Amino acid sequence: MSIPALRLKDIVKTFPGVRALDGVSFEVLPGEVHALLGENGAGKSTLMKVLGGIYQPNEGQIFIEEQPAKMASPLDAKSKGVVFIHQELSLADELTVAENIYLGELPRKSFGRVDWTTLYEKSDAILKRLNCGFTPQTRVGSLSIANKQMVEIARALTVEAKAVIFDEPTASLTDAEKVVLFDIINDLRARGVGVAYISHRMDEIFTISDRISVLRDGSYRGSLITADTNEDEVTQLMIGRSLDLTHAIVPNTLGEVALSVENLSCGSLFQDVSFQVRAGEVVGFYGLVGAGRTEIAETLFGLRTATAGQIKISGQTVKINSPTDAISHGISLVPEDRKEQGLVLGMNCRDNMTLPQVGALTSGPFVSSGQEVAIFDTYHEKLEIKTPSWKQQAGNLSGGNQQKIVIGKWLSMAPKVLIVDEPTRGIDVGSKSEIHNLIRDLASQGYAIIVISSEMPEVLRVSDRVIAMFHGKIMREFSAEEVTEDNLVQAISGIGPDKVA
Amino acid sequence: MSDLTASGDGADRRKAIVNLLARNGILIAFAAFMIGFTLANERFLSFDNVLGVVRSSAILGVIALGVTFVVISGNLDLSVGSMMSFSTIVMLDLHDKLGPALAIPVMFAMTMALGALIGFLVGYLKLNSLIVTLGMLSAIHGLTLTYSGGKNMDIADKEGTWFSVFGQGAVFGIPVPVVIFFGLAAVLSLLLARTAFGRKVYAVGGNGVAATFSGIPRARVVFFTYLISSFCVAMAGLLQASRSLGSQNTVGQGLELDVLAAVILGGASLLGGSGTVFKTVIGVLILGFITNGLLLVGLQFYVQYVVTWVIIILAVWLDVAAKRGRLWSPIA
Repeated sequence: MSIPALRLKDIVKTFPGVRALDGVSFEVLPGEVHALLGENGAGKSTLMKVLGGIYQPNEGQIFIEEQPAKMASPLDAKSKGVVFIHQELSLADELTVAENIYLGELPRKSFGRVDWTTLYEKSDAILKRLNCGFTPQTRVGSLSIANKQMVEIARALTVEAKAVIFDEPTASLTDAEKVVLFDIINDLRARGVGVAYISHRMDEIFTISDRISVLRDGSYRGSLITADTNEDEVTQLMIGRSLDLTHAIVPNTLGEVALSVENLSCGSLFQDVSFQVRAGEVVGFYGLVGAGRTEIAETLFGLRTATAGQIKISGQTVKINSPTDAISHGISLVPEDRKEQGLVLGMNCRDNMTLPQVGALTSGPFVSSGQEVAIFDTYHEKLEIKTPSWKQQAGNLSGGNQQKIVIGKWLSMAPKVLIVDEPTRGIDVGSKSEIHNLIRDLASQGYAIIVISSEMPEVLRVSDRVIAMFHGKIMREFSAEEVTEDNLVQAISGIGPDKVA
Repeated sequence: MSDLTASGDGADRRKAIVNLLARNGILIAFAAFMIGFTLANERFLSFDNVLGVVRSSAILGVIALGVTFVVISGNLDLSVGSMMSFSTIVMLDLHDKLGPALAIPVMFAMTMALGALIGFLVGYLKLNSLIVTLGMLSAIHGLTLTYSGGKNMDIADKEGTWFSVFGQGAVFGIPVPVVIFFGLAAVLSLLLARTAFGRKVYAVGGNGVAATFSGIPRARVVFFTYLISSFCVAMAGLLQASRSLGSQNTVGQGLELDVLAAVILGGASLLGGSGTVFKTVIGVLILGFITNGLLLVGLQFYVQYVVTWVIIILAVWLDVAAKRGRLWSPIA
């Protein structure tokens, strides 16, 4: 147990103008789960890419069982027993599970023909070990994201792995699927494999890891034994200051009912949904993925057409058939996928921010740059967006600042109702609390706000009321005083004693 | 460049140089060509020759201006060559039947109806633009042949018509096609760079989903890019008909690839979201000068096809290399 399965020593990696890793050392012992934490841009992914053979370090050494090693490519790393489970799944959807597992190293017969019998037998053995409920012949494209993750893991098990690296593996998993994943990680640990585990989520790290190491600004900031530490200590190490996570909600004075939804349905996605949001109020929507929360938001924003029910804005019944309708009625949506739905990444910050109203910002036939810059400057200051100038491409900003651009885009439209879907997905801890404070602040200015989130702490932190959804129906509504983690979990899994028929 | 001043080791410096080359690769290659051709043939940079190149590039250039809008919005238009044959034939036919003054607007309307059809199919029905315009390439060719009965079309009185002014006339010594090309380029450049519509074209091409989530009517924007493209094709047909006063049915055949080449050479990404009218004009001129230069140094006309595409593939490669910071990489 004493010699590390994997050890990195004084790794330096520079990119033009940036020192991404500055003498970082990291080790994983056999039978240990070693978590690696850090904010976005701290260098976690770079370090793991050095380990996995995707990047070559400028300085420093890598040892596998104390033997110096060089990782020439991901395949080379794998052959040396270091396996990388990617954050973004890298599977071929049109191929079968078995083909994906042995991609690049399919068993062969003479004349280069694929040995299907061996392929399926070997794959089946691995799938059995992982307790997967699908066969090697299944087409990967037909699997759920969680099952795809299983295939990715199965791929790692084709070799006798000495160390397995998980990069944010739970990003798209449901709670039940997480349990399965943790079983697998525990199994790897029991069999003496070293596991490196990268995640943003504090609760997971405390559930699964033995040791925690923290990176900040490309350098190593210390390690803690999980059993002897707590979230505060880890957070302090990560962001270099302590963070007030237990922030009680200060209720705002509520105004008129801004949005009233009555018996709204959209096919099989959600049915008979009724709720109200008042000016100055934050209503949180909590539920599992697929519970219909995002679909409600998309219907309110005119991206889907309701099959029944009514939407009222300030008491007036409105018809919403397109985003243009929604915008004209004062409904704005900050979508869940910032990069795909929220921003044109190749466009500069100013143009992104003024996009919904660019047609109105004209003098004569031309767009008035002055008016646009004025809008950008207003929200640049108000939301404290960190960018050197409006000319910066949105794609170059950090996640938190990108989200602020999207929020600024909609605030500049002076909406009555602001819907924020997954406000802090993929955003680091420091910026998270900034976004949370911003949401509370906006409510106090009189916006009616809907927050949809899959993270319970987030919902609890920002909401005046919480609506729990399950299978397209509203199960229960909680006030900020009555909501607890327990009754919320019960409500969203459809087993609550208070279940509304 | 800040990359060069960064205190990096040899690898960093090499990367910075690769970057510099890649960003300006096309201009550097163009400069090398121009110098080489000028040394090889002194006539190359003469005023007459330069004007001749611009004049002979004008028709292709006018079409490329319109296709720029389509490409920036993230689509393709492969139908422009055969559409130009159509507008040329229609123009020549109607010239004698309706008289030029009435024939011009009718020809524009007919050509733009085709553009509207493509815009409807790609924009509103969301069909793949490659398939739609490839199909239209063939369909419009058939339409042209049906219209003309397969015969060449000629104006009866070639000497007496004022219509020849568009293709053959000159303003203060500058050929009319050149004036129209640069004039249209100026107007469309303003439309793309300065108006709300232009901004929407970039947004739709850069990220169509995000554009929709910002309330931009994507279908309508795409529809209008094809309308603009067909307007430019009609203009090109007008110039072609006026210049030759008689034409075969296949006058625009193969033009779509040259047009695309010019737009890509200018630096517009086929994925959409980037490019400018000015860059396309540069692309058109580069293409024109290369063809002209190869002819002046005595190479066969056909060699230009090979050379042009070698240059384009180099340009695309350098563009990709600039984005990933090295010439070759195992991961995209």
